[in-house]
Amino acid sequence: MTDVFMDNKFVGTVKNPAEFVDQIISDRRLGRIQIDTNVLYVELEDKIIIETSRGRSIRPLVVVKDGKSTLTEKHLQQLEKGEISWSDLLKQGVIEYLDSTEEESSLIAFTDAEITPDHTHLEISPIATVGLTTSLVPFGNFNQGVRLNQGAKNQKQAIGFYASNFLVRMDMDVNLLHYPQNPIVKSIMHDVSEYGKHPAGQNVILAVMSYKGYNMEDSIVINKGSIERGLGRSTYFRPIVAEELRYSGGLMDEITIPDKEVRGYRSEHDYRFLEGDGIIFSEAKVNEGDVIIGKVSPPRFLSSMEEYSLAGDTRRESSLALKHGEKGVVDFVSITESEEGNKLIQVRLREQRIPEIGDKFTSRHGQKGVISIVVPEQDIPFTSSGLKPDIVFSPHGIPTRMTVAHMLELLAGKVGALSGRFIDATMFESEKEDDIRKELLTFGFKEDGTETMYNGITGEQYNVQIFIGNMYYLKLRHMVANKIHSRARGPIQLLTRQPTEGRAKEGGLRLGEMEKDTFVAHGASLTLKERFDPDKVVVPICERSGLVGYYDAKRNNRAISPIYDEESEMSDIEISYAFKLLLDEFKSLGVYPKIKLRSKF
Amino acid sequence: MSNDHSDIIKEYIGRLPEALIQEVQDNLPERCGKERLKKIMAKVEEEYISSLAAPGESVGIISAESIGEPGTQMTLNTFHFAGVAEMNVTTGLPRLIEVLDGRKTISTELMTVFLKKPYSEGKDIKRIAESLKELTLNYFLSEIVMNISEGHMKIVLNQEKMDLVGLTATNINDTLKKAVKAYNFKLDKDNTIIVTQSAKDKDIIQLYKLKEKIKTVHIHGIKGIKQILPVKKGGEFLIITAGSNLKEVVALDFVDATRAYTNNIYEVEKIFGIEAARQLIINELMKVIEEQGLNVNIRHIMLVADTMCMSGRVLGINRYGIVKEKPSVLARASFETPITHVINAAMAGESDPLNSIIENVMMNQPIPAGTGLPGLIVRVPKKGKKE
Repeated sequence: MTDVFMDNKFVGTVKNPAEFVDQIISDRRLGRIQIDTNVLYVELEDKIIIETSRGRSIRPLVVVKDGKSTLTEKHLQQLEKGEISWSDLLKQGVIEYLDSTEEESSLIAFTDAEITPDHTHLEISPIATVGLTTSLVPFGNFNQGVRLNQGAKNQKQAIGFYASNFLVRMDMDVNLLHYPQNPIVKSIMHDVSEYGKHPAGQNVILAVMSYKGYNMEDSIVINKGSIERGLGRSTYFRPIVAEELRYSGGLMDEITIPDKEVRGYRSEHDYRFLEGDGIIFSEAKVNEGDVIIGKVSPPRFLSSMEEYSLAGDTRRESSLALKHGEKGVVDFVSITESEEGNKLIQVRLREQRIPEIGDKFTSRHGQKGVISIVVPEQDIPFTSSGLKPDIVFSPHGIPTRMTVAHMLELLAGKVGALSGRFIDATMFESEKEDDIRKELLTFGFKEDGTETMYNGITGEQYNVQIFIGNMYYLKLRHMVANKIHSRARGPIQLLTRQPTEGRAKEGGLRLGEMEKDTFVAHGASLTLKERFDPDKVVVPICERSGLVGYYDAKRNNRAISPIYDEESEMSDIEISYAFKLLLDEFKSLGVYPKIKLRSKF
Repeated sequence: MSNDHSDIIKEYIGRLPEALIQEVQDNLPERCGKERLKKIMAKVEEEYISSLAAPGESVGIISAESIGEPGTQMTLNTFHFAGVAEMNVTTGLPRLIEVLDGRKTISTELMTVFLKKPYSEGKDIKRIAESLKELTLNYFLSEIVMNISEGHMKIVLNQEKMDLVGLTATNINDTLKKAVKAYNFKLDKDNTIIVTQSAKDKDIIQLYKLKEKIKTVHIHGIKGIKQILPVKKGGEFLIITAGSNLKEVVALDFVDATRAYTNNIYEVEKIFGIEAARQLIINELMKVIEEQGLNVNIRHIMLVADTMCMSGRVLGINRYGIVKEKPSVLARASFETPITHVINAAMAGESDPLNSIIENVMMNQPIPAGTGLPGLIVRVPKKGKKE
């Protein structure tokens, strides 16, 4: 008796497992049971696994019967004419879905030609063995596995033309590539997915050579002329959202130009772009510190004193302004209601991003790089026909990474550009390298794609032939403009008086525990102290009680002991504010931290 | 060596370590002139002083960094075959952590037992090795038969296995009698021992419990030695054992006690004292580091071992060990569980003289190390007062 488990639950036993499994499979092919049911007989443990749960990944395969594909020439003709569709093939049991469980018991042929009587299935296309983004890598079957994977991942980060109605959509935090192009070297999946309607890259001319050492360690040299002609240009849309929130006690935010009485009022200059309703107008050019949406909020804590005070406005300023380093043009303003029915203001800021040093680009083979120099067009090397590359790519990136497809694409791109056609580079089914080489020869170029090139600065001919061609390049969404950060002096945290953390808050870079150790190891005592000075503070210590005192402004800034008032000798000491805080925490634990002072000398 | 040199060398006693002076004396060239010796000694002293750590040198942190940096490159490959035989030994990072933490129970105990003269040449090597192995009753059992109606238990022993170590059923019966007091053991024929309960309380459940318990009774060999492996290394026979019991192994007459080796630091500390434990820590750490193909100066390891053994006991480098022994409250609090340390210190009314590094970093004061160490010796009179 064989145990049967359905979705990992024991459901019963059967006498003849092989027959039972065959029955389920044939029933499925006849459409008697769900098409996404999968079954497997595990001989070793003598059990049958039936899978129907959701969330499994299943993939379609052509059924092979008696060493022959059930997908016949007739099917193909009917499909082409549109007489039958995918679902008809499913109904006829020509195509079925397998999951990882049932795959264990099947032998899948890669192509029609290699089918033997042992085979149970046939791949619809060899490209179906990889995913969508991976199938977009041209000549992918020539790449090392890791690079193929990285190439696929990189494409997901590429800036492209994500939706043609972007103007009316309120998308937040998106990039849009200017002048996107269809790749010259493409796979069948580019057609299937209608890649041309939402491309994410541009065809560039690439030379594989060194340029004064500027493209070492995966950096790329880019032609300034190309940038000026619009290469790699993109727009970044930044969202700014404000909501009129309601608080307990009938209080609520108000979107308006704040009064001067409001606590935390910035300056008149900062509010200059706001219109009467407290919202910025379209096409305003804004810079850091400028208010986009003016807003005032009720006080955070209501004390009885403040409620009746005559001081007037106790409300807080809570406008949305551009943070440090942000700039742009107001693109779109929408005034709507949020789900709770509150007034909701959404402002979209637009910022043109021109490629600069530090922006990240990649080909489709995991060959990513960062711009290290923008070279004026006159200094770029050129070929005998005067052709200048857009990008100069370092040859050192090739041997260890073994991205053969990168070079094949460069060659195929050249042929495609010269012949004015698209090159089919579908994985496993691409045009042959030999054919491409031969075609290149017919255009009067060397078949290996190399050309004689000349130094752009001196005009001298290079001693070697340079590999130059066309290839599809992607701009990735990691741009320096979003990452650059520096600080000398700046904001500090309220609690610890130490510098803030992170780029958004213009923070400092922490000198951490291990970094501290290096100063100790060098015996650089005073340098270490100086590095930790940002939160240093001079506090008066009461010599009688050993507690931290304070300066009383009402008594001519006299140091006062917290216990003995004026009846004690007070001495100033310099400590870090964080340590003063630690002493306070000790006190909250009920521990009395008594400081005994002694002369250093 | 001629006598006229002794006065020159005598000058250096106290200025140079004795071992160094001895080394110079041993290596002096023959017919070494007085002037030449003076030059040699001056150079030796110069080299010696230049290789001393300067006062205020942060040797601890330098050691920590020197061990920690290569430590990050260590693989987590716990099990790796030491080459000799199929014995799994914990090495690499796990072993390093184990030693530094001062763990009482280590993951793979290992002994290297060297033998005295006739045996080290291979005499009776197999029999000697077998005699070390811990064997419980379970090993000698053929079966245990429970007789519920009569309320007794029959233990049937395996003759072959007894022969292997030269034991008889009588020996085992005697051992059992000593180990388990409350029951009566009677030797029957055919290597059978009958266990009966004392006349009154015939409780079958107790008997079942005894059945499991009795299997673990130690019969033969040395407790704790779980596996033995006789090997020939460097022209002599020795025994490698899994499991360790230094005290009993050293007492055996065929064992060369001066060279008996275990990797259990606590055992060594208990039997041979703290200095031996310190040396073992150094050996074990160096072994791991060398096995990994790393290069750490032994002086760093020595410092660590010294720190661990400073109190007279082996302490781990963690909050239960050496950190607990730190004199400064703030230094202890700065390393894990601060509240516990602060409250305990408060209850004991401790005071912290702020003599060490970490307290002064916390307070943003110059640290008493390196350039922060030297201070003025001249007393500066207070303003207005004259002394």
